[in-house]
Amino acid sequence: MALTKKQSEALAKPVFEYAPAPESIDHVKIQPRYGLFIGGRMVVPHSKKRFPTINPATEQKLAEVAEADDVDVDRAVKAAGKAFDSWARLSPSRRARYLFRISRLLQERSRELAVVETMDGGKPIKESRDVDIPLSAAHFFYYAGWADKLEWAFPNRKARPLGVAGQVIPWNFPLLMLAWKIAPALAAGNTVVLKPAETTPLSALLFAEICMQAELPPGVVNIITGAGKTGSLLVSHPDVKKVAFTGSTEVGKAIQRAIAGSGKRLTLELGGKAANIVFDDAPLDQAVEGIVNGIYFNQGHVCCAGSRLLVQESIAEPLLEKLKRRLGTLRLGDPLDKNTDIGAINSRAQLEKIQGLVESGIEEGAELYQPECVLPERGFWFPPTLFTNVSQSYRIAREEIFGPVLSVLTFRTPNEAVEKANNTPYGLSAGVWTDKGSRILWMAERMRAGVVWANTFNRFDPTSPFGGYKESGFGREGGVHGLLPYVELN
Amino acid sequence: MDVRKTYKLFVNGEFVRSESGRAYRPDGKVNVPRGSRKDLRDAVRAARAAFPGWAGRTAMNRGQILYRAAEMLDGRAAQFIELLGGGPKARHELDQAVETLVWYAGWTDKLSQVTGTVNPVAGPYFNFTIPEPTGVVAIIAPEESPLSGLVRRLAPALCGGNVVVALAPESSPLAALTLAEVLATSDVPAGVVNIISGQRKELLPWLSSHMDVNAIDAAGCTPEEIKAIEESAAINVKRVIKVTSAEKSPYLIAAFMEMKTVWHPIGV
Repeated sequence: MALTKKQSEALAKPVFEYAPAPESIDHVKIQPRYGLFIGGRMVVPHSKKRFPTINPATEQKLAEVAEADDVDVDRAVKAAGKAFDSWARLSPSRRARYLFRISRLLQERSRELAVVETMDGGKPIKESRDVDIPLSAAHFFYYAGWADKLEWAFPNRKARPLGVAGQVIPWNFPLLMLAWKIAPALAAGNTVVLKPAETTPLSALLFAEICMQAELPPGVVNIITGAGKTGSLLVSHPDVKKVAFTGSTEVGKAIQRAIAGSGKRLTLELGGKAANIVFDDAPLDQAVEGIVNGIYFNQGHVCCAGSRLLVQESIAEPLLEKLKRRLGTLRLGDPLDKNTDIGAINSRAQLEKIQGLVESGIEEGAELYQPECVLPERGFWFPPTLFTNVSQSYRIAREEIFGPVLSVLTFRTPNEAVEKANNTPYGLSAGVWTDKGSRILWMAERMRAGVVWANTFNRFDPTSPFGGYKESGFGREGGVHGLLPYVELN
Repeated sequence: MDVRKTYKLFVNGEFVRSESGRAYRPDGKVNVPRGSRKDLRDAVRAARAAFPGWAGRTAMNRGQILYRAAEMLDGRAAQFIELLGGGPKARHELDQAVETLVWYAGWTDKLSQVTGTVNPVAGPYFNFTIPEPTGVVAIIAPEESPLSGLVRRLAPALCGGNVVVALAPESSPLAALTLAEVLATSDVPAGVVNIISGQRKELLPWLSSHMDVNAIDAAGCTPEEIKAIEESAAINVKRVIKVTSAEKSPYLIAAFMEMKTVWHPIGV
């Protein structure tokens, strides 16, 4: 049923004006400068170099963090190497105890972690509070339980740890990605050196404090900060036996090349360009919520974001009308405000990348829609955006934007939906919306993607394996499958 | 006077000459086609086209076809033993190859039960994980054990529903090329297995950098070859499989698989 123009205008206006509801930050103590967490304590970087980490919502400096050089990387890897023998030999139930402890500490300090995550990365506090931090704690809790049950994870085989894992994580879910990397590695008896992204190092440095609080043996976890150079030194270090990377496909390929022939084990969790497919029998209001969650969650800084909406032609018009109306109700602004739906873009560089791709969409002939939206003067912001009239060949339909930008395409038959959905070098996730059970299973079978959300989107759980097909990478994180990259089966 | 066989490549279910018209003589006597980049291209195309059909077969049906291949191989035991040089060692290798096919034939319909999971997520969702074939797999057959070496890698890849472009052992390709005759008479659909003979040095770079190959089994390669393969595999994030264990294992099948996780809300 189509609404009149007047009706839809009336509905687009907010019914309530929201008073500011900022989360308090007075309980959070961010130090002015941080060292590196090596061998169980914070140390001054050999490089003597530091760089600022800023709040992308205010552009204010939060702290100075160390830029690890080759000597620092080597120290961290050596510390992890030194800790490996005793950690791997520790009774598995003791390893489990440490991980349980860490999980509990994450829960105890959840509010502080949520605030820091939001200040450092720009994501809405309701997301860091309700998604990032609880899932991080849950991840440690889940893998803690595996530490002394590995013989049930891999029947008929003896699972042995690999050694030092070099782990490099992105800025979109800093603490959660840390948990995805560290928890299974430690559970299986490895030690780690982890490098958080240069724009979001703070929650990892808080995690270093948590390791100390948990009295984790020195060197089992080492956290080094820095940019791409530091990451590349880490993955190339000869004593690193296992490399785990989450980030862009471009960097993932460079890592695969860089460590070729080294015998290091590798897992990659890379980019995506997921199709979110809505059939004509789907419950439209639910689908609209799923589409919004799929692409505007975390400002679209999500590798599995549903960035291509494939909508069956017959319902394209009413669906888009509902979707545009819903976009008008999204609240963009202070990430620390508990009502905020869309926070700040993580960095100026990312903002420029999004702007560039959006311009390409306009130039190539797509039709832009953005709701009325006042952007704060300071900080990095981008309004929720959708493109219609998108051809599969446009850059906005092919390339990962990693921002709040949705490209809408249409299809007529299920086969066409499958063709279009799979027409990408990526294969991380897919969404299907339909009321028909047999069609859900038919579609799920045909999606060349590691995660298929049917009548939902962007759900995560420590028990649920996550990872890509094709150029979205290889290996899985989560579930029993998430242990495999960290063990040698004898 | 005997009627001699011209050895050919096996592409898309057909026995073809190399488009290059070239040949080499690994044993100094028999001409073996020296496959080219274009032969590889044809093989990858054929494999890609055959993939949905093979992956879409029921697990039971794939098992029956692998078992049929074991039957056909055993039926030609004498021929293979002769090709492998005769004697107890050759007999043993043939037996190993047959046993490998039989063993994996019985795995097709158990793999998802052993490696799949139902995941107890914290919320009202039904969530499960199943193994799915990764797609086109390139297998570089090891030079030693010219028959069982290839079968040991081929069978687990096929078991899970992958399609294969295999490079026959350069120094002793005859058993691999004759294995194609076994597969061609075992109801393996055309294109599911393609076997190319030729020179590794020439073909490896093309195979490992091919954009439509999803995984490459490099267990039979030298360290230098593995380094080169891994470098060019990065072009499309190929999975490079290096598990060298000679043992038959469901973990080897899993190395050729992707894990797919499906979520659906539970409600009324």
